[in-house]
Amino acid sequence: MTSAFEYAPAPESRSVVDIAPSYGLFIDGEFTDAADGKVFKTVSPSTEEVLSEVARAGAEDVDRAVAAARRAFTSWSALPGSERAKYLFRIARIVQERSRELAVLETLDNGKPIKETRDADLPLVAAHFFYYAGWADKLGHAGFGADPKPLGVAGQVIPWNFPLLMLAWKIAPALAAGNTVVLKPAETTPLSALFFADICRQAGLPKGVVNILPGYGDAGAALVAHPGVNKVAFTGSTAVGKEIARTVAGTDKKVTLELGGKGANIVFDDAPIDQAVEGIVTGIFFNQGQVCCAGSRLLVQESIHDELLDSLKRRLSTLRLGDPLDKNTDIGAINSAEQLARISALADQGEAEGAERWSPACELPSAGYWFAPTLFTNVTQAHTVARDEIFGPVLSVLTFRTPDEAVAKANNTQYGLSAGIWTEKGSRILAVASRLRAGVVWSNTFNKFDPTSPFGGYKESGFGREGGRHGLEAYLDV
Amino acid sequence: MDAVGLEARAAALGTRSIKTTAKAYAIDLAISMVDLTTLEGADTPGKVRALGAKAVHPDPTDRTAPTTAAVCVYPDMVAAAKAAVAGSGVKVASVATAFPAGRAALGVKLADVRDAVEAGADEIDMVIDRGAFLAGDYLKVYDEITAVKAACGDARLKVIFETGELSTYDNIRRASWLGMLAGADFIKTSTGKVAVNATPANTLLMLEAVRDFRAQTGVQVGVKPAGGIRTTKDAVKFLVLVNETAGGDWLDNHWFRFGASSLLNDLLMQRQKLATGRYSGPDYVTVD
Amino acid sequence: MSKESTGAAAGRLSVFKTYKLYVGGKFPRSESGRVYEVTDSKGQWLANAPQSSRKDARDAVVAARKAFGGWSGTTAYNRGQVLYRVAEMLEGRREQFVREVAEAEGLSKSRAAAVVDATVDRWVWYAGWTDKIAQVIGGANPVAGPYFNLSSPEPTGVVAVLAPQESSFLGLISVLAPVIATGNTAVVIASERSPLPALSLGEVLATSDVPGGVVNVLSGRTAEIAAPLAAHQDVNAIDLAGADEALAKELEIAAADNLKRVLRPQPVDFAATPGIDRMTAFLETKTVWHPTGSLGASGSAY
Repeated sequence: MTSAFEYAPAPESRSVVDIAPSYGLFIDGEFTDAADGKVFKTVSPSTEEVLSEVARAGAEDVDRAVAAARRAFTSWSALPGSERAKYLFRIARIVQERSRELAVLETLDNGKPIKETRDADLPLVAAHFFYYAGWADKLGHAGFGADPKPLGVAGQVIPWNFPLLMLAWKIAPALAAGNTVVLKPAETTPLSALFFADICRQAGLPKGVVNILPGYGDAGAALVAHPGVNKVAFTGSTAVGKEIARTVAGTDKKVTLELGGKGANIVFDDAPIDQAVEGIVTGIFFNQGQVCCAGSRLLVQESIHDELLDSLKRRLSTLRLGDPLDKNTDIGAINSAEQLARISALADQGEAEGAERWSPACELPSAGYWFAPTLFTNVTQAHTVARDEIFGPVLSVLTFRTPDEAVAKANNTQYGLSAGIWTEKGSRILAVASRLRAGVVWSNTFNKFDPTSPFGGYKESGFGREGGRHGLEAYLDV
Repeated sequence: MDAVGLEARAAALGTRSIKTTAKAYAIDLAISMVDLTTLEGADTPGKVRALGAKAVHPDPTDRTAPTTAAVCVYPDMVAAAKAAVAGSGVKVASVATAFPAGRAALGVKLADVRDAVEAGADEIDMVIDRGAFLAGDYLKVYDEITAVKAACGDARLKVIFETGELSTYDNIRRASWLGMLAGADFIKTSTGKVAVNATPANTLLMLEAVRDFRAQTGVQVGVKPAGGIRTTKDAVKFLVLVNETAGGDWLDNHWFRFGASSLLNDLLMQRQKLATGRYSGPDYVTVD
Repeated sequence: MSKESTGAAAGRLSVFKTYKLYVGGKFPRSESGRVYEVTDSKGQWLANAPQSSRKDARDAVVAARKAFGGWSGTTAYNRGQVLYRVAEMLEGRREQFVREVAEAEGLSKSRAAAVVDATVDRWVWYAGWTDKIAQVIGGANPVAGPYFNLSSPEPTGVVAVLAPQESSFLGLISVLAPVIATGNTAVVIASERSPLPALSLGEVLATSDVPGGVVNVLSGRTAEIAAPLAAHQDVNAIDLAGADEALAKELEIAAADNLKRVLRPQPVDFAATPGIDRMTAFLETKTVWHPTGSLGASGSAY
């Protein structure tokens, strides 16, 4: 679709954020170098520009951080819940005050569009702290006994797809329940967690209650295995999740895992087509498809396949890919060269296995890591692109004939995180929803999140729930 | 239709940031799409003359400002309007069919239309019989539109649904298809005389309908949101809806209009700001 | 051999019972053809129990999976009725279980009777939970938007249960009842040393209204049967109550391959009223979102 109405560049100002040339680990309320002096660079995925040099945590640093969290635990857990609540409320407010700065920072470090960090990530981060703040002095009413106790030190490892939001999902309930935290952000997106350390300082949070250890998988593994850790929370790949489950076997550590997915987005012949198209687009292209609950499999009723695909392709042609800081950008950069290579390899495999590949006309920037929105049609359950989590802007389109078949195909995966249902018939929604083996079912909508709404998977998508009353259980000794 | 999803999409498109050159383009385009409207019981030839003059030269200080698409008046003011815009290319649109309620016999409505056409109206803005529509008598609504269309002769027909009275998005979509099948040249949201007029969501829905109608029949139909669009920011959001839903083919005043009056001055003030770098004020645009 | 089991006191040679597995609603012998000797607490022979193999475990999982759709799909009210029926059948076999528990655990008849009574009461307690647990742990979530959002618990699927080694009946029921009350199906490994009450439970279930395959009872060497269950890709969860520390760790590692939900062994006072933890351990939370929409197309104002 060509148009005379060309949107002029509308970049969000970068000057709102001041990134230091280097950052340390945040242990016991202080920024400190890694014990072995190691550092790593974090780059902006849209330009490959180096944003900062960050201390890289090792096993010795994990020891120090866990010890600091252990020391802090005694007094933090003894604080009246109402006092812990006020710290969390302070954090929530400071996040709101600094949300523009944090949104720009997140976009720079992660590569996702400013539209998303501004309108989704940051509001949800603040909301999550607000929500759990209110629980801190009401734990006895949460259904886990009259006076549930915290577990101790929580070791938390988070991914790069929603860096600050995943931090919020981990830290807010942990602190509300009276635990202290050692958190390892992903190596490609350490900055927002380090800015969060500064928010903890502004909020006057007692030292050692939150410790941030930027680093790689080795630091995460050391944290998970550390005998001083009472609770492990991980969001990331299923492969690493399984490794963590093995590591904690035979210990007393409580574990929650939020892992991969291959969500089915099921469109029935009576669906509201234009809204379904929006839901499909949101389902797989939100955050470049780097979302564990992405609707990466489109299951469309065969009778409306052509009509829906025409609409979908027309819609994809309007997606704007480019500078993540531009307020009109819909599709930003892939987070890392490594992730880009993985997406490319799986897409190539889809093509090699005979699925039909399509992308809208779309110019990719020369620097940075980019992947055009991609559809695969003529896909069956036997194709790799229908089975493996791609974690990128790649949608596999399959067909079904009956609701039974739709449910059978949707459930035919080792994952069980999310699913979507599109139909105007209410009873069909409820019937299908009750038979889907998935932790979150979006009907006539997709990719909606809320701090009050439990999130987590069935089967190999992990266990435990984050969000809501349910999310407290993971951080209480129950 | 899913109401929440439709409104969410309209709101999402409302977050587009239209700046600098894009904004200048959008403002001039929006001015050129205005059906500058006066539909008051107190309308007089003098009032209509003033309005016509404004349509032809919206910005008295800057003759580069485009003319509006049309002036929109009651049938008995068509002659005065024609005279006021003569030779300018600005069209004269007339409401008809017992506007705004539409509560009259078909013969009266057709006489209303013929009267306006004979007085020189280039365009007729008819209202549908919402009572018949809500009672489920879609055939009556269809037949009235075809009869009015026949009475229009060469005048282009805009069919007003009064979306605020149809109430649901499903009704608006059904009315859109009914109107297009009956021969509407334009589908239009509202009279401006009820509580809920044009909204981003109902206009988005109608843009989807004209897009789909052309895909199925090859016939292009225009869209006119009317009532409640008062600021440049609003107008630009509607243009974004057009651009990203129906597409560039509709970004032309032959296919998209704004039914508005106060909108024009805001567009002109924003246009002056872009030209001079200073914020303008109401003393620098005309009150007509 | 104890007097009761020989029946010598009555001056008549009694008829022994051949204890068999309970799989898919049927009473097979072990596929392996093996049995092992079960003795009372004083070492006297009681019976030869089937010594289940990997293949018995596999068959039990197949039966449990097949039964899952139907059992999880019944109404909670109906599941409660069915489970209450089991309690009625247990009550009717009270004398038999008192004898088996007394022999298995070396208890006096009155102590054993108290254990059996507590067991039946425990079963009734769980029967009453079927249509309440969803209300207690599920509910509407007040999300910040025009959406109806409801979380409800659902059974996780096929659960392997290593019954407690010491408490052969009360312990067994205390770990089994919560698994099936919530709609899961179970493969239970009976107490290795005292499997007879568990095998007799199979006979009770078969004469209740519990569909075949909902509960499958295996006897034999716990470690030998548990290993293939912990590694089985079609088992969703495992309760390690009957595993020692070393075995529990080994099984938990194997269970990670398909991320089974694992309930680790922990000290439990089976006499005390249980909480809901053993039910929630094998429940998933499903959250369904739907737009609430609006009554009219008033649209969003600027």
